[in-house]
Amino acid sequence: MMKINGYKDNYEMFVKSSGNKSLPVIKPKEYNFNEKKLRKNLTQLLDELDLKDGMTLSFHHHLRNGDHVLNMVMEEIEKRKLKDLTLYASSIFPIHSPLVRMIENGTISQVYSAYVSGPVAKAISEGKMEKVLVMHTHGGRVRIIEMGEVTIDVAFIGAPTCDLFGNISGKIGKNACGAIGYAVTDAQYAKKSVAITDNIVEGLANYDIDGKYIDYILKVNSIGDAQGIVSGTTQITKNPIGLKIARLTTEVIKNSGYFVNGFSFQTGAGGISLAVAKYLKDLMKETNIKGSFASGGITSYLVEMLEEGYFEKLFDVQCFDLEAVRSIRDNGNHIPISASKYANINDDCVVNDLDFVILGATEIDLHFNVNVTTSSTGEIMGGSGGHSDTSYGSKVTIVVSQLFNARIPVIKDQVICKTTPGETVDVLVTERGIAINPLRLDLIERLKKTNLPLKTIRELKAISDELVGIPQEIPFTDQVIAVVEYRDGSVIDFIYKKAL
Amino acid sequence: MKLNKPAKAGTYESNDIYIMIFPGYNSNIIELESVVYETFGEQIKSVINESLNLFQLTGVLVKAIDKGALDFTIRARMTTAIKRGMSNE
Repeated sequence: MMKINGYKDNYEMFVKSSGNKSLPVIKPKEYNFNEKKLRKNLTQLLDELDLKDGMTLSFHHHLRNGDHVLNMVMEEIEKRKLKDLTLYASSIFPIHSPLVRMIENGTISQVYSAYVSGPVAKAISEGKMEKVLVMHTHGGRVRIIEMGEVTIDVAFIGAPTCDLFGNISGKIGKNACGAIGYAVTDAQYAKKSVAITDNIVEGLANYDIDGKYIDYILKVNSIGDAQGIVSGTTQITKNPIGLKIARLTTEVIKNSGYFVNGFSFQTGAGGISLAVAKYLKDLMKETNIKGSFASGGITSYLVEMLEEGYFEKLFDVQCFDLEAVRSIRDNGNHIPISASKYANINDDCVVNDLDFVILGATEIDLHFNVNVTTSSTGEIMGGSGGHSDTSYGSKVTIVVSQLFNARIPVIKDQVICKTTPGETVDVLVTERGIAINPLRLDLIERLKKTNLPLKTIRELKAISDELVGIPQEIPFTDQVIAVVEYRDGSVIDFIYKKAL
Repeated sequence: MKLNKPAKAGTYESNDIYIMIFPGYNSNIIELESVVYETFGEQIKSVINESLNLFQLTGVLVKAIDKGALDFTIRARMTTAIKRGMSNE
């Protein structure tokens, strides 16, 4: 063997690159930085992509229930009689109902997602999919790709605006959706990345995804319906019970010991959670305490708080309404972040800097384990999203829920599906009392000094059982239809098919 | 006691139950639709039966459309429907 003085003892000659962008290959590639990326016909593009049975295809969900990209691409792929595909879609909504047929006819044999609702969730719940559904978290999705547990063959990225280099902006265009944080990792790691856009401009100066990661640009008439990105839940509740829960929650925040200048905050888009944001603003005004940042899916209520100076910054992985889209475009302190920056355990993620997060629950058990993945009768109807990511990161995790609604109790002896582990959940606020996780001695100590209605979670359950009664057991088979993965990749629960 | 005519009580609002009762059957029949049928169907039927027994009614068809009512609501709606059905006005 040839000996070279002054160079490492063992070296490998360069043979060839696998083309996987997670590996340190030479860039730019053949098509970077010229106009040859542009395609005007989906069929032709799919020919070029050389799709094969068993491949993994990724999609993102920033257009939410107004997304046309996933259906458009998958329906064309179905026509090609491809089989056994894995769909790596960050979330699935009711608009994606054509997937049911593809699951039934074997085009799609497996789905990875952080949130699945609507007809697709129903079909999977009925056991129609060949392989198991893997339900990860928003942060976990990035980790799975980065660690190579799943390799994306082609990423299809709905791009509200794109230039000819493939630089993508979510902030402008007729279907602007604001942040596109969930698509960033897909673009970086997929073997091939396709930007699908209905708005091509020249030379974007300000973009969310760098064109060097994009291999093809497909021009289509419409990527979706921007109105559909407003999810159905983004309204403050008018229900007096919900408002009472929100007021109690604000009192918990105030007296927790963490409500000081520079605190940080995240809330979901549920009716009660939004009401908390509203009351929190009143409290901040009254006490003259200012926050550092609010994060997460961003709504108009948080935009208003940014504009009025209650928070210095918003870190936004996904806009929940069109007000948020406008703000992220116009306001430099409304900062888009990637899903990795948001919640990936291998990144300096924002969730770790959270002081408070307000979350919902379908079910919570006596150990504070939370289910937001299935309904209380065991059908898949959601998923973690960022629930368990933020719950882990935040110093005070508060779950807000009515003790029961329409005879459906929230507190159970055992949750049907463990989405978020109880060790990371600190407080449950209901209209009939507040339960603090016994692990949080500091919070118990501080809140005991107030006149808030503190109860143990067992006491709350007793009140609920007395009024609602004990539900009949839901019978399940031993067929696993979904694996629930925690943010670090460990399996936290299985979802079983229901018995008929 | 005896039911003189069909009667109804309740609403389709969440947390309520809509009850319709009809006389003239051979035995008591309960037709229940409920948003919590899987978890509380049997309990709701037993509360409806209790109410029928309390008024010693037989041969009544009860059609109930439940939107998650608690037991006391079901009893109240049943009592109202039965009293309406027993009146001669």
